[in-house]
Amino acid sequence: MTETFAPDRRAETPPTPDRRKHPRDVFVEFRDVHKAYGDKQVLRGASLKVYRGEVLVILGGSGSGKSVTLRQMLGLESPDEGRVLVEGEDITDFPEQELYRVRKKFGMLFQSGALFDSMTVFDNVAFPLREHTTMSEEEIAHAVSQQLELVDLPGVEELMPVNLSGGMRKRVALARSTVLEPTMILYDEPTTGLDPITSQTINELINALQRKMNVTSVVVTHDIQSAFSVGDRIAFLDQGVFEWVGTIEAARDSDHPLLREFLRSSAVVAAQPRKQESNGQQQ
Amino acid sequence: MLLARTRSRLEDWLYHLGDITDLAGQTIREFVRGPMEKALILQQFDVIGVKSLSIAMITSMFIGMVLALQTAYALAEFGGKLFIGKVVSLSLVRELAPVLMSIMVGGRVGAGITAELGTMRVTEQIDALRALATNPVRKLVVPRVFATTIMFPMLTIVACALGIFGGLIIAVTSLHLSANFYLRSVIDTVKYNDLASGIGKTFFFGFAIGMIACYNGLRTTGGADGVGRATTVTVVVGAITILIMDFFLTKLFLLSF
Repeated sequence: MTETFAPDRRAETPPTPDRRKHPRDVFVEFRDVHKAYGDKQVLRGASLKVYRGEVLVILGGSGSGKSVTLRQMLGLESPDEGRVLVEGEDITDFPEQELYRVRKKFGMLFQSGALFDSMTVFDNVAFPLREHTTMSEEEIAHAVSQQLELVDLPGVEELMPVNLSGGMRKRVALARSTVLEPTMILYDEPTTGLDPITSQTINELINALQRKMNVTSVVVTHDIQSAFSVGDRIAFLDQGVFEWVGTIEAARDSDHPLLREFLRSSAVVAAQPRKQESNGQQQ
Repeated sequence: MLLARTRSRLEDWLYHLGDITDLAGQTIREFVRGPMEKALILQQFDVIGVKSLSIAMITSMFIGMVLALQTAYALAEFGGKLFIGKVVSLSLVRELAPVLMSIMVGGRVGAGITAELGTMRVTEQIDALRALATNPVRKLVVPRVFATTIMFPMLTIVACALGIFGGLIIAVTSLHLSANFYLRSVIDTVKYNDLASGIGKTFFFGFAIGMIACYNGLRTTGGADGVGRATTVTVVVGAITILIMDFFLTKLFLLSF
């Protein structure tokens, strides 16, 4: 199956200045969240604020609790201790029925795409519309086609998920998770398992969606290229605690030993060394 | 050591019993709340009922034939040939058709449901449903449990008819009885309460198999290996549950009718 790659629209439209200002309107807040699975303590007092309109990247190694953080935001799991607030509303103890109302604000891209493999691409993307709107089949067909164009996959409506490549599957999943026009999009390892070119395509797509839909996004990744490509701020998670939170620029200059160590392993640091390094000083 | 392990097993068992009861409660609540998704229900009727027809027919027909042969052999010295119709029909309608059909079809259907839902679980499709603000119990469990509850009795009726027909083949070809005599004996023997007892039990069997299969599917963890384990558990627990339920339901129906 041939991939259809999205053009780099960042060249056409520069990022809006507002996006970099981080207005202080908090969309999601974590207050001292703890979560354990059996004997394994994953989150140990994680506190974080996600501001409206920004792209926050949660960076961290494997098993640091990144994906668990996303699942808590969506209410797919509840914390053992601490509180999770969405738009000021404490969802920590909400019953499942009440959480459905909250989840309509979110779109989530799962690591594997999580497309319903018994349905065609069309039915997958149409699923949220059929569930939550009173649109006619004709309107749904139009919306699905528009949504697939948005992720640069026109004409794949009748394919089954099994016939899609990894990158296409993620894009269809993205089309499905954004079809109800959520106000916040959560990305769980959007580029994991993809080749570098397809990864870049997904990064560009995240940027394009951010501009077109003007949403708040949280991207969980350990791919630093991706983090620097899409993020406004970085939250570095280690041992279940957010060790460092700040802007992309500040992350590059940070002296936090763990974050430095994490970034040092990436090509980003090599390509864009710290200011003092660029002035000729060796560490 | 042994005591600790027994206690741990018992705790696990009670934990699962509590969880499956909770899931059954949610399923009934969602069913009552409605609305029913007709397309999903019809699809499950086809997967669970129509596609199990052949297994139910073959099983029951051969049981009927074997029952006729064994009865004739065992009761030969008492002139048992004359009782073939009575024994075959009563055994089939009251016990063998409902139980054996439920175990056979339950194995097929239960394994299928658990494998399907288990795969959905380990590939995050269940989480995706929840993330899309859709209740997996309403979307996945209700149609399947409703279909097993309705289709098991339907299949049992077919199984009873085919079993009796199997007995007829043996009665006519091997035991040289007339078809008329055999069928008259069946009609005279099987009463309304026999049918009610036999077929009535399968509503409960169908519900139990549906619940066990969905429960095991929804709590699957551990990738492909986990799906395999969950499927095995469904087949084993399903068969044992049917046999245990059969005993208590038989007692109940004997008291009621």
